[in-house]
Amino acid sequence: MYSASSKKSALTWAVHISVVLLVALWLFPTLGLFISSFRTADQIATSGWWASFMTQERSVPAIRVEGKEVEEGGRFVIHGNLFPNKDATVSAWGTSSRDPAAFEPGDVVDLDDGQTLTVDDTGAYTLSSPTSFGDERLPRIFSTAATPPEFTLQNYKNILLDPNNREGMSKAFFNTLTVSIPATIIPILIAAFAAYALAWMEFPGRALLIAAVVGLLVVPLQLALIPLLRLHNDIGIGKGYLGVWLAHTGFGLPLAIYLLRNYMVGLPRDIIENARVDGATDFQIFVRIILPLSFPALASFAIFQFLWTWNDLLVALVFLIDSTGDTTVMTKQIVELLGTRGGNWEILATSAFISISVPLVVFFAMQRYLVRGLLAGSVK
Amino acid sequence: MNPAIQGLITIILGVGGCVGYFYLSNQFLDKVLFPAKGEHAGRNINRANMVRPWLFLAPALLFLGLYLAYPVVATFILSLSERVPGDETRFVGFENYRLMFSEPKFWEAMRNNALWLIVVPAFSTAFGLLAAQLTDRIRWGSIAKSLIFMPMAISFVGASVIWKLVYDTRPADQDQIGILNAIYLHLGGTDPQTWLTIPFWNNFFLMIVLIWIQTGFAMVILSAALRGIPEETIEAAVIDGANPFQIFFKIKVPQIMGTIAVVWTTITIVVLKVFDIVFAMTNGQWETQVLANYMYDKLFRANDWGVGSASAMVIMLLVTPILVWNVMNARKEMR
Repeated sequence: MYSASSKKSALTWAVHISVVLLVALWLFPTLGLFISSFRTADQIATSGWWASFMTQERSVPAIRVEGKEVEEGGRFVIHGNLFPNKDATVSAWGTSSRDPAAFEPGDVVDLDDGQTLTVDDTGAYTLSSPTSFGDERLPRIFSTAATPPEFTLQNYKNILLDPNNREGMSKAFFNTLTVSIPATIIPILIAAFAAYALAWMEFPGRALLIAAVVGLLVVPLQLALIPLLRLHNDIGIGKGYLGVWLAHTGFGLPLAIYLLRNYMVGLPRDIIENARVDGATDFQIFVRIILPLSFPALASFAIFQFLWTWNDLLVALVFLIDSTGDTTVMTKQIVELLGTRGGNWEILATSAFISISVPLVVFFAMQRYLVRGLLAGSVK
Repeated sequence: MNPAIQGLITIILGVGGCVGYFYLSNQFLDKVLFPAKGEHAGRNINRANMVRPWLFLAPALLFLGLYLAYPVVATFILSLSERVPGDETRFVGFENYRLMFSEPKFWEAMRNNALWLIVVPAFSTAFGLLAAQLTDRIRWGSIAKSLIFMPMAISFVGASVIWKLVYDTRPADQDQIGILNAIYLHLGGTDPQTWLTIPFWNNFFLMIVLIWIQTGFAMVILSAALRGIPEETIEAAVIDGANPFQIFFKIKVPQIMGTIAVVWTTITIVVLKVFDIVFAMTNGQWETQVLANYMYDKLFRANDWGVGSASAMVIMLLVTPILVWNVMNARKEMR
């Protein structure tokens, strides 16, 4: 008995460890970008995000001595600090790029002309000279220093609030919202009526229509690009919000009808028959009974459609964004940044996170409905 | 006009228009066209009930027809024609297909798509199954599940940025900021690699992004299927002395084969349409072209509607078996 239970607990441990590993693997990439969005450009470029929680020791670029000279005991002295705003610990320093770690903190080093320089471990330096410095070029100090973890909201401030930035993310944010919300609400209404007809009304050709909806579920929207763009141009919509709303409505409908019909078919027949006997019309049954009862399915589809329209790139590229670029959406802006500012991770990470944050909030708040919708849409 | 106001007006007009249409058309049917009174009351009620479903369906049918069914036909016709000046097109038979088949980039896209079609569904389903089975057995499983499921909410573009940071490369004398290179160097690699430019293998680095996104989907569906397995079958196996691995592979997996097939085909469809990841990460350079991006290139960069439409038809053709299978399954269920 004993060996059986210990074997079992070993297995349980193995399961726990495997799940921890799996979750870590799935979480780490996102976490990396998230943390990077709170670091300065300099920090991102010089060390990995995983190092940002530790005190980091790195070589600091040369800093030139500056400050006002004061006369102390017959010598001219300049006091200053390499890291005036940081809590750093210097482990080595130097005055030449050839040997940036030549001296220990506290060493007093003789420079030319009787000048001396010393740097202590907090980064405070003292440069002294027998004569006034005048306009002389002051020496540079190279150092290796450990700095504590440091995070900043500056990236978000720059991208969202600075009106002069070139990324245009705040405008793109509102454009994306403008695309998503009508493109989520309108298909729900149209689909709900159609789903009710397919679920609870008898008419010839119903089975065929349901099969057609299932078929259209998988039609790649790539096929629709050129014919519809031509159609939009011909009827005068052109590229713009109206076009993208119509396109999203069309592309979202099969899933909406399918999900809602599957749900409505499962509603108890008695309720509907009783209402019919009491003289309710189909319109009344639909509005008063079916629609309120179908709330979970409506919510599932709404989440899908919102995530899909918010995250979409292709439909926006084809039907929305014209040559002026006034109607650009966030996904398009990010792709643009990847091309032009691929090395500026502080901009990229922050922009991407602004775009990701809304779906993530929706996801965590309404996960229950999302899961229910997925199950209704697939396992049938 | 401010787009936000325009959006608001559209919501009001759209919603109001829909509700108004449905309400008024029903009223019209019942009160004016076939009133349920007078000498033909009975006949009129029957007639009204024959028309009503089509009133409910009309807007949806209009959209489905115009935005999904018509484009299939129109794209097919476009793929057989050539653009001539003045926004006209001319019938050229299968010339576009011939041109496309003679292009090495097309075959590169086909080869890569074949790879994607095998690797992504296989790994997503396998990881999803693993995650579903493991998380079902532990108390904090639901938290683990929602973290693995989370990438589903992230856009392909956002995911591309996330993984670009993972794959980032710095010169050998600097600290690596991409975790993959950091691990690679830590494990004894000599030079930092630019992962996305190594032909052939870079395809797999792109696929990882989609596997990462789709695993959560597979996990959610498969986890529900695993829970639906009758307890008795598992208890019987335990009594017969089966070990956990035997129970999983010999008892559980065979019982959820149908669901695995559904997950597999659903992910296959996603793979065939995948565009954003390749577009954002490599744009088809370094031999990573896929069909959907090839098509976009042809349509909107080369402005070649003929070949672009032809490649769209190839995607449609690849989707068709799944389409037929889905429709057959749906019909079986309704019987």
